[in-house]
Amino acid sequence: MPSEMKGWDRNQMAERAAQELEDGMYVNLGIGIPTLVANYVGDKDITLQSENGMLGMGPFPYEGEEDPDLINAGKQTITELSRTSYFDSAMSFGMIRGGKIAAAILGAMEVAENGDLANWMIPGKLVKGMGGAMDLVAGVGRVIVVMDHTNKAGESKLLKTCTLPLTGKGVVDRIITNLGVLDVVPGGLKIVETADGVTEDELRAATEATIVS
Amino acid sequence: MQKVYANADEALDGLLKDGMLIAAGGFGLCGIPELLIDAIVKSGVRNLTVASNNCGVDGFGLGKLLDTKQISKMMSSYVGENTEFMRQYLSGELELEFNPQGTLAERMRAGGAGIPGFYTKTGVGTQIAEGKEVKSFDGEDYILERGIFADLSIVKAWKADDTGNLVFRKTARNFNPPAAMCGRVCVAEVEEIVPRGSLDPDLIHLPGIYVHRIVQGQHEKRIEQRTTRKKETA
Repeated sequence: MPSEMKGWDRNQMAERAAQELEDGMYVNLGIGIPTLVANYVGDKDITLQSENGMLGMGPFPYEGEEDPDLINAGKQTITELSRTSYFDSAMSFGMIRGGKIAAAILGAMEVAENGDLANWMIPGKLVKGMGGAMDLVAGVGRVIVVMDHTNKAGESKLLKTCTLPLTGKGVVDRIITNLGVLDVVPGGLKIVETADGVTEDELRAATEATIVS
Repeated sequence: MQKVYANADEALDGLLKDGMLIAAGGFGLCGIPELLIDAIVKSGVRNLTVASNNCGVDGFGLGKLLDTKQISKMMSSYVGENTEFMRQYLSGELELEFNPQGTLAERMRAGGAGIPGFYTKTGVGTQIAEGKEVKSFDGEDYILERGIFADLSIVKAWKADDTGNLVFRKTARNFNPPAAMCGRVCVAEVEEIVPRGSLDPDLIHLPGIYVHRIVQGQHEKRIEQRTTRKKETA
């Protein structure tokens, strides 16, 4: 069975990532699975930052109430909350670079065992651009990656060394995949927990990066 | 000094030159100067370098200037969701200088504030750092990034008074203030020009000193990703 069929699905990964957030945190969520994390914060007092210039991001609007002047960093229509504030891009990245954002949860193409992150381009094939990801990983308190453990070919996305151009060097703190949770520690990755129905041996077998005990 | 112009063509009259550097506000299609972009398309000016976070989408916003091949170089952070942008870049027709988004915003802000360079930890150890000075402060490495000094800024605001004081609306503010600041001349298009004195001076987002010409017009304000939720039924 391919490993992406095992363990947590997208929503369960987002739910697990939400456990990383603590009351009072200002947090930036990336595009894709990280966006789903907002659905699982529960009663915790979390303020979401959208790097295009907003703190206090609300849910999607009701049909017919979309406002073209109110979007998130994924260009999706959203809403404001009673706590919301708006600011320009220079101030937005000032608070990111300045370490005011407690954590960023974002997706990745590759993560290396030393915490290197690649998520902005595949040379000659796919060019997305780094957007705000390089600033986020350089500036925020804690970087949590949420991604599938393996790519479509079944190869590990947790590598000894990244093969793609880097977004940041030694920046990742924790990785949450469909197979489990791993921390970047001296010497490699440390298994924090395995997903439901996944054994530690299965997780090790699906991982190219060095796993330290 | 009269800052208000009748339309976007007149507001840009005498300002456009082949090979110039233009800083444009907007994020995605939100808060983009659509009327001024249309006027630049019409002018036929060529070989432009444009500093803007994105390059519109296919056929809208700055994407129109890609279709007409009027842009030779972009300074941007994101190419995704724009097939013509990616195609021109990958085929080598268009030069693209990738800038991390926050670095781009700060380069514009710095240029407008008279700061020719600054050190940042964004991009250290990546492709972005290649060829840039690295300096260590308190044991951590930073790279030198340059302020942007544009020939022309084009921005979009919600409201202006006739002195050029600007107010933006929600996330349509984004890159507009820093883009406005870094140009030798700044042209702002707005949804409404209100009488002097009707904007609360405490609530002005960008003072008129940064804005040289203003034009009012109708905006399409296209939505890139329409996402909604269903009303809960009782």
